[in-house]
Amino acid sequence: MAETLLFNALREAIDEEMGRDSTVFVLGEDVGHYGGSYKVTKDLYKKYGDLRVLDTPIAENSFTGMAVGAAMTGLRPIIEGMNMGFLLLAFNQIANNAGMLRYTSGGNYKIPMVIRGPGGVGRQLGAEHSQRLEAYFQAVPGLKIVACSTPYNAKGLLKSAIRDNNPVLFFEHVLLYNLKEDLPDHEYLVPLDKAEVVRRGKDVTILTYSRMRHHVTQAVKGLEKKGLDPEVIDLISLKPLDFETIGASIRKTHRVIVVEECMRTGGIGAEIIASINDRFFDELDAPVLRLSSQDIPTPYNGRLESLTIVQPRQIEEAVEKMVGLKV
Amino acid sequence: MAQERTLPVFQASASAIRQEEGLMLYEDMVLGRFFEDKCAEMYYRGKMFGFVHLYNGQEAVSTGVIKAMRSDDFVCSTYRDHVHALSAGVPAKHVMAELFGKETGCSRGRGGSMHLFSAEHNLLGGFAFIGEGIPVALGAAFQSKYRREAMKDASADQVTACFFGDGTTNNGQFFECLNMAALWNLPILFVVENNKWAIGMAHERATSQPEIYRKASVFGMPGVEVDGMDVMAVRAAAQTAVERARAGEGPTLIECLTYRFRGHSLADPDELRSKDEKEEWLARDPLKRFEAYLLEQNLASEADLKAIRDKIQAEVDESVTFAEQSPEPDAAELYRYIFAED
Repeated sequence: MAETLLFNALREAIDEEMGRDSTVFVLGEDVGHYGGSYKVTKDLYKKYGDLRVLDTPIAENSFTGMAVGAAMTGLRPIIEGMNMGFLLLAFNQIANNAGMLRYTSGGNYKIPMVIRGPGGVGRQLGAEHSQRLEAYFQAVPGLKIVACSTPYNAKGLLKSAIRDNNPVLFFEHVLLYNLKEDLPDHEYLVPLDKAEVVRRGKDVTILTYSRMRHHVTQAVKGLEKKGLDPEVIDLISLKPLDFETIGASIRKTHRVIVVEECMRTGGIGAEIIASINDRFFDELDAPVLRLSSQDIPTPYNGRLESLTIVQPRQIEEAVEKMVGLKV
Repeated sequence: MAQERTLPVFQASASAIRQEEGLMLYEDMVLGRFFEDKCAEMYYRGKMFGFVHLYNGQEAVSTGVIKAMRSDDFVCSTYRDHVHALSAGVPAKHVMAELFGKETGCSRGRGGSMHLFSAEHNLLGGFAFIGEGIPVALGAAFQSKYRREAMKDASADQVTACFFGDGTTNNGQFFECLNMAALWNLPILFVVENNKWAIGMAHERATSQPEIYRKASVFGMPGVEVDGMDVMAVRAAAQTAVERARAGEGPTLIECLTYRFRGHSLADPDELRSKDEKEEWLARDPLKRFEAYLLEQNLASEADLKAIRDKIQAEVDESVTFAEQSPEPDAAELYRYIFAED
């Protein structure tokens, strides 16, 4: 076991997969000589050369389309979005070509590519650098969307994403890169389509992902002291959603709270609630509740920013209210 | 009508071709023309739907470029893609069946006119939005370089031809990809089919430098201006560019001056282009011109050419029969092909 920071866990995943498969390469802004804005690809160019760790000009839509073309012709590109928000500039290539081309081509081509990088609300980074694109991209057919949250799952999920034959949007969180965890010395993979049961419980199901998993974990400590026993599920896969794990939990607890960092309108939680109503309505003892970010551009001011995203205290209160400790 | 650019003169006799080669080029151009004429007929008879953009008048470009390439090279097209697909070797019946929305179509009826694909023929697509095919083509060209240099595969010398129109050359992806292609010396041909018009937007109303081939110079890339109504001229320019690309000497921008004989799409009333302009360009019909050349050079007799036209007409007619008789996609497969495992 070796204590590993999350950004290094990601780096290990890329390094191992590049060593294993010569068609795997990295491209993006400052991924090479600079080592990536969060050092995920630090010094990999020294080992693999400039072509396999390709520093691109600042041309998001074009280098994303270039990765699509490379994937269609047999390579396995990993794009680093320096900040995932920049990928709004590549929305056309991600939606039309990465997402839909396999279908519109009637199965002529497959597009094995990973688009990874930091998303989420950081610390006073301003609105444009604090986006949660998972909500925008969830409607695009053909994309898999994954969010990692710990060094262990970051490494195992990224390795699986690189080996997957489909385009995978892989969300990291800008505030989680320095999380530490002991990682196994042996190679391991984490499946892309399985949610992770973080804590087993019986009173309520809390569905969350990315950094909000850690806010939930903090809230759970308070809830435990009050004798409550929530089940916490890290969704991991935001598309497709793992309804097997979600359903099993709902059949046990009959109550669901979604805690998400994306905005409320058209968010991941909105989709989850609609799907739960479709599939598990008869199992519910209460309407599904969602705690989401406010529907506003993330403000720069620190106090306003903290009011924008869900805080652990709000999660505690919501759970207490739902299980009837508070009215 | 705006002042016409003077078409560059190409002395075809200086690069004489063999009879077999001449007839092959002729056949491909005839196929392009007859196929599109049949599409118009089928569209008006209600056999195909949506937006259908025909290629009539531009045949010398598709034939001139693609027939100068190898079958393992890559071709990337736009929404006006039927004829590029045919030149790349996709059978006419598979293109026609796609336009009819049938399971036997080259995109299994899921793509339609603007989304023709064939992995077997290295046709990267059919891209419906302006400019979005250029980065994809760049990726295929990057792949050739990557295999050769990073994977040490000496056989990876495939070249990519990327087609697009004059309107696209005002889009960012054009400039971004010219930059990367030149920066990394990628084996790619950027082939501009300058037919003078976007839909209703005249080229000179949309760009500050109408001579598109000149835009290559700022990237340190050769830019060539070609008479796009002369298949021999296009072919010669393409051969030089392909040779350069294959030798690792990098990209070329080829501006083919051409004209579409029909509206932007079959839904376009085509009210803005003047009669004079259309007549001037119709007089340069690339098929008639090449016929005259073949006869002049004694490379073919009238009977030879007629035999080719009859053969192609039969092939196009058969493509319609094939498309009509082919099955619709199975409704149970509505969700198939979303993911690689489907």
